[in-house]
Amino acid sequence: MIMEKYTYKQDINMTPELMARINVLLSHYPEDKKKSALLPVLHEVQDAHDNWLSYELQEKVAEILNIQPVEVFEVVTFYTMFNQKPIGKYMFEFCRTSCCMIRGAEDMMDYTCQKLGIKEGETTVDGMFTVVGVECLGACGYAPMMQLGDYYKEHLTKEKIDEIITDCRAGKVILHDK
Amino acid sequence: MGRKILLDKINIPGIKTYEVYRANGGYASVEKALKTLTPDEVTEEVKTSGLRGRGGAGFPMGLKWSFIDKKSGKPRHLVCNADESEPGTFKDRFLMEYIPHLLIEGMITSSYALGANLSYIYIRGEYMWVFKILERAIKEAYAAGWLGKNILGTDFSLDLHVHCGAGAYICGEETALIESLEGKRGNPRIKPPFPAVSGLWANPTVVNNVESISAVPWIVMNSGEEYAKIGIGRSTGTKLISASGHIKNPGVYEIELGLSVEEFMNSDEYLGGMMNERPLKALVPGGSSVPILPANLIYKTAAGENRLMTYESLSDGGFATGSMLGSGGFIVYNDTACIVRNTWNFSRFYHHESCGQCTPCREGTGWLEKVLHRIEHGHGRMEDIDLLWDIQSKIEGNTICPLGDAASWPVAAAIRHFREEFEYHVRFPERIKNRDHFVNEPFEKVRNLV
Repeated sequence: MIMEKYTYKQDINMTPELMARINVLLSHYPEDKKKSALLPVLHEVQDAHDNWLSYELQEKVAEILNIQPVEVFEVVTFYTMFNQKPIGKYMFEFCRTSCCMIRGAEDMMDYTCQKLGIKEGETTVDGMFTVVGVECLGACGYAPMMQLGDYYKEHLTKEKIDEIITDCRAGKVILHDK
Repeated sequence: MGRKILLDKINIPGIKTYEVYRANGGYASVEKALKTLTPDEVTEEVKTSGLRGRGGAGFPMGLKWSFIDKKSGKPRHLVCNADESEPGTFKDRFLMEYIPHLLIEGMITSSYALGANLSYIYIRGEYMWVFKILERAIKEAYAAGWLGKNILGTDFSLDLHVHCGAGAYICGEETALIESLEGKRGNPRIKPPFPAVSGLWANPTVVNNVESISAVPWIVMNSGEEYAKIGIGRSTGTKLISASGHIKNPGVYEIELGLSVEEFMNSDEYLGGMMNERPLKALVPGGSSVPILPANLIYKTAAGENRLMTYESLSDGGFATGSMLGSGGFIVYNDTACIVRNTWNFSRFYHHESCGQCTPCREGTGWLEKVLHRIEHGHGRMEDIDLLWDIQSKIEGNTICPLGDAASWPVAAAIRHFREEFEYHVRFPERIKNRDHFVNEPFEKVRNLV
C-alpha cells in the first residue's frame, strides 16, 4: 500500500493563489494553534492538485503548517475525503446508506458502473471517471443522489446520469466553487 | 398549521442575503441582548425556554451553558456542530443553505451569553458549497459590523469562522469534533473533563447543534416563557424533522412538538402519506441510531395512547416498545423494504465510521456487519440471530462515546420486532435473491411461514 503511493509522481508546486488562500485559512486560528487549520488546508491543496494527496504533497503541507509529516499522514488516512491515490477527474460518490438504498441508489450505481464499464471503486482507463459508494451524505430526502466535486446531484434517474456523464465529457461541469 | 420559529422567513425571496435578512428583522436579537441584557440573563432565558439540544441527545441547552467554567479566566469558545452525518438527517444543511444569517445571528447572541470571543462553526466536509455560503455570509456580517471588535460599540468582541471536516461521522460527537477542530484524528476523548471545563485547546467550550443555536434569536426576542408555551411538558418549542424514505413528500418540516405521528405522516401539510399508497411497514423516527418501530407501534404506544412527536412519547415503553426522537431523521419504510438488508446497511455504516479506539466497537461493528451480510446473502444459520444479539449487548455501554450504543440499538430493535424476517432469510435462502423480495411476500405472510 505504501509502496503504491511512491509509484505515482505528483506536481507539488504551490501556486501563489493557493498560498494566499492558505494564509486566509491560517488567519482563522490563534497564533500558536495553526495546526488546527490542517483539515481546511488539506481540502484546498487537494482541490488544487488533481484531487489527491501524494506523500510528498503531505510533507509539503506539514512544512507550511510547521508540524511533523506524520501528523498530516495520520489525518489523511483517517478522513475518507482525502484521496491517497490518483483518481478520475470526475469522481461520482454515490450515497448507499439506507434512505438512499431504499429509493434505488444501488440500481443507480450499478447503471453508472455498467455504462462506464468499470466496477465500484475503479477509475476508467482514460482517467475521466471514478465511481465509489460512500456512506450517508445528508441528502436522504432527495434520494438517490451522488456527490460530484463540491456539489450534490439529487433525485437521480438513469436519464439524469446519462446527462451528467455527457456534460462531464463536454467539460461543462463545474467541480469547485472558487 | 403549526407555528414556525426557524423557517418562518424561509419563503421570503433573497433571505439568503444580508440586506433582505436584516430588512426582515434580522440581527435584532443581537441588538437586544448586547444593549439591554447581561450574559447571565440570556442564559436564564434559554433555561426558562426548556430548549433541548437538537443534535440527538436532547440535553437541556441552558443547563449545558451554565456548566461553562467562567472562573478559570481562560478564553471561552462556542463551537457549532454542523457535522450532520446521522443517516436520515439533513435539517441543518437546509437551515444553513437557505437562511445562513439565522445561524450567524444565533452564534453571536449565544457567544455573548457564554462570554466567548472566538467561535467556530464546524461543518462536515461534504457540505462544501454550504461552507462557501457560510463563509460569504460571515464576511457580510463582518462588513456590517456584527462581528469583529466592539460590536455595536459595546465591549463585546467576537471572531467567528467556519471550519470544515473531511468525512467522518464520529466528528459529530462533541469531543471528537473538538479533536478534529484541533487538526487531529477524530478520536473521542474520555469524559470527564467535560468540554465545558476543558474543550478546544483545553479552554472551556460549549458545543451546540445548528438547530439549537438557530432557536436562540427567537427566544431572546420573544422570551423563554413564550417558547416554553409551545409543545407539551418537557418537550418545548418546535423541531425540524427531516423526512425520507417511502413517503409522498420527503423534505424538511418544522413542527410544534406534540403533533401526533399519525397527523404528521398522513396530512397533506406534512408528509402526505405513503408513496404509491403501499402499506407502512416500519419507522425510524430519529436517525439511524434509534430503534426501529414496527407498524403496530407507530401511531399508538404499547399502552394504547396516541404516539406524539415529543421526546417522551416516542420513547414511551423504553426500547422494548418505543424509540427516540433523536435528531429528527424520520425514515419511513413500506412493505417492499427488507429489514435484514436495512439492518446490514446500518451496520456497514457504523463499521465504516467507527474510529477504532475502543475494542468492543471496532471489532463488534465489524462482526455485526459480517454476520448480517451472511444472513442477507443467504448463508445465514439460525444461531446467527442469537449471535447478533450477543454481540450487540456486549458493545452497548462499553465504549468511550455513544457510537457503540448507536451501532447496537438498531440491530437489537430489528431482531426484537422483526425476528421472523431474519428466520425467513435463514430458512429460505433461495427466495431472497433479489433486493425487493418482499414485494410479493408481505410481512404477515413471512410470519406465517416461519
